[in-house]
Amino acid sequence: MPLNKEQIAKRIAQELEDGFYVNLGIGIPTLVANYIPKGVNVVLQSENGLLGMGPFPFEGEEDADMINAGKQTITTLPGSALFDSAMSFGMIRAGKVDLTVLGAMEVADNGDIANWKIPGKMVKGMGGAMDLVAAAKNIIVAMQHTDKAGNSKLLPQCSLPITGLKCVKKVVSDLGVFDVTPNGFVCIEYAPGVTIEEIKAKTAGMLTIADDVKEMVF
Amino acid sequence: MNKVVANAEEAIKDIESGATLMLGGFGLCGIPENCITAIVKKGINNLTCISNNAGVDDFGIGLMLQTKQVKKMISSYVGENAEFERQLLSGELEVELIPQGTLATRCMASGYGMPAVYLLAGVGTEVANGKETRNFNGKDYLMEYAFDADFAIVKAWKGDTMGNLIFKDTARNFNPLMAMAGKITIAEVEELVQPGDLDPNFIHTPGVYVHRIFQGVNYEKRIEQRTTRKPQA
Repeated sequence: MPLNKEQIAKRIAQELEDGFYVNLGIGIPTLVANYIPKGVNVVLQSENGLLGMGPFPFEGEEDADMINAGKQTITTLPGSALFDSAMSFGMIRAGKVDLTVLGAMEVADNGDIANWKIPGKMVKGMGGAMDLVAAAKNIIVAMQHTDKAGNSKLLPQCSLPITGLKCVKKVVSDLGVFDVTPNGFVCIEYAPGVTIEEIKAKTAGMLTIADDVKEMVF
Repeated sequence: MNKVVANAEEAIKDIESGATLMLGGFGLCGIPENCITAIVKKGINNLTCISNNAGVDDFGIGLMLQTKQVKKMISSYVGENAEFERQLLSGELEVELIPQGTLATRCMASGYGMPAVYLLAGVGTEVANGKETRNFNGKDYLMEYAFDADFAIVKAWKGDTMGNLIFKDTARNFNPLMAMAGKITIAEVEELVQPGDLDPNFIHTPGVYVHRIFQGVNYEKRIEQRTTRKPQA
């Protein structure tokens, strides 16, 4: 069975290491915060100007001045720090944030990513996505492996307008985990019940299967 | 050194049609509500607005769009506004989309007296079209110019009569950066105090950057996404 969104988030959470500063994008990446392994302490960055993002507030304690990059009401934690938007992207650019997790419409086998614009549809803007992908040290993409029509979203090259070049290091899709290497996608794990044949059939970009490929464990 | 003006109407009285304005805020968080209302009332138009977002239909910069006062928006994300979409598709409104960090840094550059900065964001994308690039240590960077705005309009939590400002929580966002960047900077504050009432150690924007300040009224502080958790049983 392909993974659901929660399971994709759960698998990505295994990539978190103790002491990491992490930026989680909107959508599936946000769910990663729910599955941080026990004993792993990470600090979540919200690019509108907060390190140490806490959980949603209790009902009645929402504060319009305290939101995350998805404009949701949130809280701080002991040790949180607030700053302006220039510093927020400055720390990402300077490589201080260890990991960025974001969604994508397409990823190419050289690590190019497209996630901000579909020609012919209303363009809402790139927000912080271009800054994050251009400069972040380590980028993991959470995405569905295919579109609704079944077309692969892991491609030889992106067909949609590019957000950033050669920046994605790893993809966790509903079918498996893929490292992005100089030799294209390398499948290192498959979702329980998903076959290598299915992964091969649904991956349009260059793909190799790791010798030690294994079933994903949660 | 008293920079206090009576209210929003007085603070914005010399903003004319065709001006370029910076407006602080991220989403509806930390937006200069009083000045936006006053601009709508004044009825000036053909404005170029530099702001991360364009408000929602009935709040924030959305109010200035309803009255067709905005000629051009320079933003990073404009997805929450149906009237914006309508004007964009009909060609009434021009929009320039800029990566969020680039937007912030172009404000910062202006306030720091730097004509331009080199940034990675947008390399290899359509954002790079027409821009000068330069290679540092094997990587290409885009040259991005500092913004040049006639007025910067910001919202702070506390400010003193000399224009020193403190922002609250994530309502800081673009506000201190834009405050540094306006030829004329207008600050509306929730609490206007006397010099000495604010600890100099905790000033975010030194008053040198601020030209006019006033005590705002009737803040709505609308929440876009009200998310909560249940109390633990």
